[in-house]
Amino acid sequence: MYEGVVQDLIDELGRLPGVGPKSAQRIAFHLLQADPADVQRLAHVLTEVKTRVRFCEVCGNVAEEARCRVCRDPRRDVSVICVVEESKDVVAIERTREFRGRYHVLGGAISPMEGVGPDDLRMRELLSRLSDGEVQEVILATDPNLEGEATATYLARLLRPMGLRVTRLASGLPVGGDLEYADEVTLGRAFAGRRSLDA
Amino acid sequence: MYVAHLSLADFRSYPQLELSLSPGVTTLLGRNGQGKTNLVEAIGYVASLSSHRVSTDAPLVRQGAPRAVVRADVVRHDPARGERHTLVELEITPGRANRARVNRSPVRRPREVLGALRTVLFAPEDLALVKGDPDGRRRYLDELLVSRWPRLAGVRSDYDRVVRQRTALLKSAGAAMRSGRADVRTLDVWDEQLATTGAELLVARLALLRQLRRPAAEAYQVLSGGQGDLGLWYRSNLKALQGSVATEAYGEVPTVADVREALLADAQEQRRSELDRGVTLVGPHRDDLQLDLSGMPAKGYASHGESWSVALGLRLASYRLLLGDAEGDPGGAPVLVLDDVFAELDTGRRERLAEVVAGAEQVLVTAAVPEDVPPALQGAGTHRVDVVSGSAVRAG
Repeated sequence: MYEGVVQDLIDELGRLPGVGPKSAQRIAFHLLQADPADVQRLAHVLTEVKTRVRFCEVCGNVAEEARCRVCRDPRRDVSVICVVEESKDVVAIERTREFRGRYHVLGGAISPMEGVGPDDLRMRELLSRLSDGEVQEVILATDPNLEGEATATYLARLLRPMGLRVTRLASGLPVGGDLEYADEVTLGRAFAGRRSLDA
Repeated sequence: MYVAHLSLADFRSYPQLELSLSPGVTTLLGRNGQGKTNLVEAIGYVASLSSHRVSTDAPLVRQGAPRAVVRADVVRHDPARGERHTLVELEITPGRANRARVNRSPVRRPREVLGALRTVLFAPEDLALVKGDPDGRRRYLDELLVSRWPRLAGVRSDYDRVVRQRTALLKSAGAAMRSGRADVRTLDVWDEQLATTGAELLVARLALLRQLRRPAAEAYQVLSGGQGDLGLWYRSNLKALQGSVATEAYGEVPTVADVREALLADAQEQRRSELDRGVTLVGPHRDDLQLDLSGMPAKGYASHGESWSVALGLRLASYRLLLGDAEGDPGGAPVLVLDDVFAELDTGRRERLAEVVAGAEQVLVTAAVPEDVPPALQGAGTHRVDVVSGSAVRAG
């Protein structure tokens, strides 16, 4: 145990995801030895992030204004919505530059063990976005694990009666990878989702 | 295949161990509490990523050490191409995911090492297969499934997770329903997940059982000296399967799609009582493997000796199936491990078991005293390792 505030700092750092007691200690001592200006800047950003950043009132993505960058952009296609679990999924899809529609961030996936049900996710907001009839297609891009699949299935059942096109991201082989190293489940899905090559 | 070398670091009672092994029969001799079983447990862990003695990893790590490391050099002998070495290394850290390396390169998931080493392990705990609860018998089937088709390791863990998620939902939805605010919409989704993964597991078990019946009955005949017939039946709680699989000896295995539909139908029917009780009542996690001896259930009717023959018969049947799979796969024959079983058997069963296993590519036997080991597994051409308080040394 360290004295007073040093131990407080280690405890606080240790509560962060992916930071164990040893890493927390290392970070704490790094901060102690760092230039005061650097630490000031970090402290400033930490308080800023809580006061300035909020969630987009349309899609639930992190934003600095009422609407996020994607929802503000008039060039984005309003007829397609891509549903993801977290804001970081938006960043990942944006990096591809393939998708020109808008997003909807659920804030997680259905997981009864963690007490997360449909009402805890931003599903009602999604339904109200769809009510104006502008949206033609909803792409379900939840994670390809049990909870993500359950969430996608739940949403698909909810959305299909509304006469929308509901699609799910494909599962398959990683590009540039070797077939022999793919695990059996992925390879099995890739077989099930194979496409024909006739022009 | 055979294990040519075993290295341990902070595994159970061993701070450090290097042990070379040979094909053929090796007896690990040592008094009780010296660490014989720890050695075969480590080998079993490399093959199945689980221990036959405990269900959590914490007891595997030496007290005070942060993690244990098990390394096994597995040799497959292919007459056409010579010997091929696979070095499997596992790092066991309690409370965290294990890390695995094959031939010194890390693999993404420890599951990927499954299949590099195949073992069939006989242990005193096997008696619980006959006398114990259904979960031990389900584990017997599932572990054999996974070692034959590693893909099913994923199905099995997905299914377990679906059951846990669904049960959590049943508990909270049941409580909400009783307070007048029902929310069972998400249950449909989890029913589907349960049916999809459960059907795959159930059909795989049925297909396995079909192949297991004959070798199990034959093994029992040999071990018991020709007395009594061992019958294996799958008892499913699935309505559509009752009466067909349980009674028809070599009935056709239903398709995954049919079983999936049947599971969905049962889930619909049972929903009320599942919500009332907050338990998942439908699915292969509540099934049982029934063992019959000449038409009577072995559990409750079989004598102690007969129960041992049934348990050993099941293990020998696993070995036969894995051996059959190894045809056309030179060097694929599993390693046989007999942990302290001879001490439990009468002379007749000892000698008959020894005769059956003596021809295997590699047999590892643990015993407290040499007298426990039948003559067929001792003498010329066999090896001995002396195990004394945390060290293991080859004798002779």
